[in-house]
Amino acid sequence: MNAFLHNFFDWQLIGQVLPDLLGYGLRNTLVLAVASALLGSVIGMVLAVMGLSHRWWLRLPARIYTDLFRGLPAALTILIVGEGVFSAQVSWLTSPYPVAILAMSLMSGAYIGEIFRSGIQSVDKGQGEACRALGLTHGQALRLVVVPQGVRRVLPAMVNQFIAIIKDSSLVYFLGLVTSQRELFRIGQDDAMTTGNLSPLLATGLCYLLLTVPLTHLVNSIDRRLREGSRPAAATDEPSLVDPKEALV
Amino acid sequence: MTTPDVAVPSHSHRYEGTSLEARDVRMRFGPVEVLRGADLLAPAGEVVCVIGPSGSGKSTLLRCLNGLETRSAGRILLGGEDTSTMDINVLRQRVGMVFQHFNLFPHKTAAQNIMLALRHVKKMPQEQAEAIARQRLRDVGLADRAGHRPTQLSGGQQQRVAIARALAMEPQVMLFDEVTSALDPELVKGILQLMADLARGGMTMVVVTHEMGFARKVADTVVFMDAGVVVESGPPEQIFDAPSSPRLKTFLSQVL
Repeated sequence: MNAFLHNFFDWQLIGQVLPDLLGYGLRNTLVLAVASALLGSVIGMVLAVMGLSHRWWLRLPARIYTDLFRGLPAALTILIVGEGVFSAQVSWLTSPYPVAILAMSLMSGAYIGEIFRSGIQSVDKGQGEACRALGLTHGQALRLVVVPQGVRRVLPAMVNQFIAIIKDSSLVYFLGLVTSQRELFRIGQDDAMTTGNLSPLLATGLCYLLLTVPLTHLVNSIDRRLREGSRPAAATDEPSLVDPKEALV
Repeated sequence: MTTPDVAVPSHSHRYEGTSLEARDVRMRFGPVEVLRGADLLAPAGEVVCVIGPSGSGKSTLLRCLNGLETRSAGRILLGGEDTSTMDINVLRQRVGMVFQHFNLFPHKTAAQNIMLALRHVKKMPQEQAEAIARQRLRDVGLADRAGHRPTQLSGGQQQRVAIARALAMEPQVMLFDEVTSALDPELVKGILQLMADLARGGMTMVVVTHEMGFARKVADTVVFMDAGVVVESGPPEQIFDAPSSPRLKTFLSQVL
């Protein structure tokens, strides 16, 4: 029994791996996740606007793209995109990071596109009509009124997507990492392999939770605020009874 | 505590209303023909009230007037000029609209709601747009609500902001689509008063409404629609006191 527990809780091994995990593993994981989320959001916004267009030749490519990148396993996409780019032998491209970020952005873009699209579609159509009645163009209505409201509503889903990206970033090890390039997972895995003990992976898991658990709670609090704070304007049936201070919360 | 809806100070704005005319407008939703050749004339500076049972096509006709619905046939003339060759966004700047559910932008304050189109359609500098927003809010009795968001305003106040937002674009015609239907009864009067002031100021107005009292008192012409056509139209006394068609008689007996 003691040997079994020792396999997970070897404090000495945990103590050895922590400096690497917290020193550069955490940073590398965050670099991968944040960059992929940002680029993925740009791709997602383009996909969402294309997907909502009246023109079929804008909708169709967005649809195909989304089906493709949502339908493939993350590991497969990272390998194909990664090795594909490396096989082109671009001289200045030696680090796996830009390639991994590209692969993860392409994937998360597909998911984020669907999130944005549902958010934009959930905005009352009276908002777009009010814009058009004032003489704003379709693009202005989207950019100034519809998208800002839609994006706000999907913030919880976006944080969830970010959590998924953090976890998927562990797959970058497929592309081969030198020591200082390793992110959380690879550091833990290396140590677990060389020591034949699972404790380094346990420490790695704790580092992931350090990132993801606060984010999960952030989702919940945003969710609660959105539900309690901003009700749609038309839903205030008895507005004169609402204390203005209450409405501010 | 209830906050009373602020009384509107009557103001002496003059508006340059232009005539708006619909000729033989037709429109179908799939297999259903909602408008089957509707005609309507609002001479410059006059008020036309459109009444009729729900589903008669009166809102659809109104929405055809500024292109929110696409008609399948017929012509719309603004100041005698055919609008089919006009840039749709220019037409909409000249024809303002107010909706049943206000449709204020919830993420913007009252003043920002008004400034948005001034800034991005009329390309006004910030300070000028702000000055106009303040002026228009004062006109509708909401000078002290400029920084409030729609959720912090009563239904009546929201509709005032919506009217101010439309007026800020200096339209030549205003369209009102059942603008008091979503309001609590005690807030209706203030909005109707505001609209009557507009009418007195010379604004051309097309008003789809269930408020027969308003139609009788303020309208120059009352148009009765049923089943996608204009059945009868004329001055309010004629429509309300001497209706000639049986359908209008039935309708009036149900609503009055």
